[in-house]
Amino acid sequence: MAKVFIYPTTSLILSDLVARFGHQPLSAALQVRENIQTAGLESPPLQITPEDPKKGLKYAAVEVPSGVRGRMSLYGPMIEEAEAAVIIHDADFSFGCMGCARTNELIQFLLRKREIPILDLRYPRSDEEGVEFVAAIKKFLEELPGGGV
Amino acid sequence: MKEYTPRYVGTVTKYVFVESPDMTPSDLAIRAYEISKGVMIKETCFGLQITGSKEEVDQIIARLREFDPSHIFVKDRGFPPGDPRRCRANLGGARPGYYGHEFEISLIRHVSKGIQELPGRAPDQPVHPPEATGPAGLDARKLQKIIESQES
Repeated sequence: MAKVFIYPTTSLILSDLVARFGHQPLSAALQVRENIQTAGLESPPLQITPEDPKKGLKYAAVEVPSGVRGRMSLYGPMIEEAEAAVIIHDADFSFGCMGCARTNELIQFLLRKREIPILDLRYPRSDEEGVEFVAAIKKFLEELPGGGV
Repeated sequence: MKEYTPRYVGTVTKYVFVESPDMTPSDLAIRAYEISKGVMIKETCFGLQITGSKEEVDQIIARLREFDPSHIFVKDRGFPPGDPRRCRANLGGARPGYYGHEFEISLIRHVSKGIQELPGRAPDQPVHPPEATGPAGLDARKLQKIIESQES
């Protein structure tokens, strides 16, 4: 079973398909869950404390807005952990937690820099595209270590 | 700043979406209640939220998927159900993240079709996925033409 980074990290479709075909999807929910299940000082809504943008410094320079660094404190460790990635390119920019265009560019840059297997797609807009979309994801996931359902 | 004591520590919460012509969220909820053993299940307009230990939640989801495998979709959720930081009962308007789900649910019938057709495909059949094109931003040349047309 490989750890597969999904982009958008909030995607229902990718999260389901990656898990369905026997791998572990790395989605935003896992990091958010870890944050909100850790005791500390109250910092609603996502329990992002002033410490988190400091952790984000590992991925983005100090002059980068704290919103980017705070987000990278969630996504950065998952990018490091990922063994493969599936990226959908035409997701709406205001897609849940993925609402920061600069962070999204940085995520894709860091993923490509890691030189892990990456599948680039766009959302299916017809049944024919849907069949090819699912088949492509299945084929990609089967070729990963521990692939196959 | 106040001290923060988390609730439901060590649990996982998963969304179960159902977009099926044969099954409604309430059908799914009844079946989930039948097999849940103390696991928290919340029925929603799109399906369910299930909260409990990872093993229990995975077990219930595996059973639920059997009812309609190509129309039931699952994803993780960070917050437990009814969390005041996310629940729309406290915030008003749609829950943050709802718009993302709404967008994907509008396309999910094509994915369901793909899952249904998959067993009929030859394993070595080449795939032609919807290709990613460049960013859908406004072309610079087009923008220049618009500016020029406004200036003249």
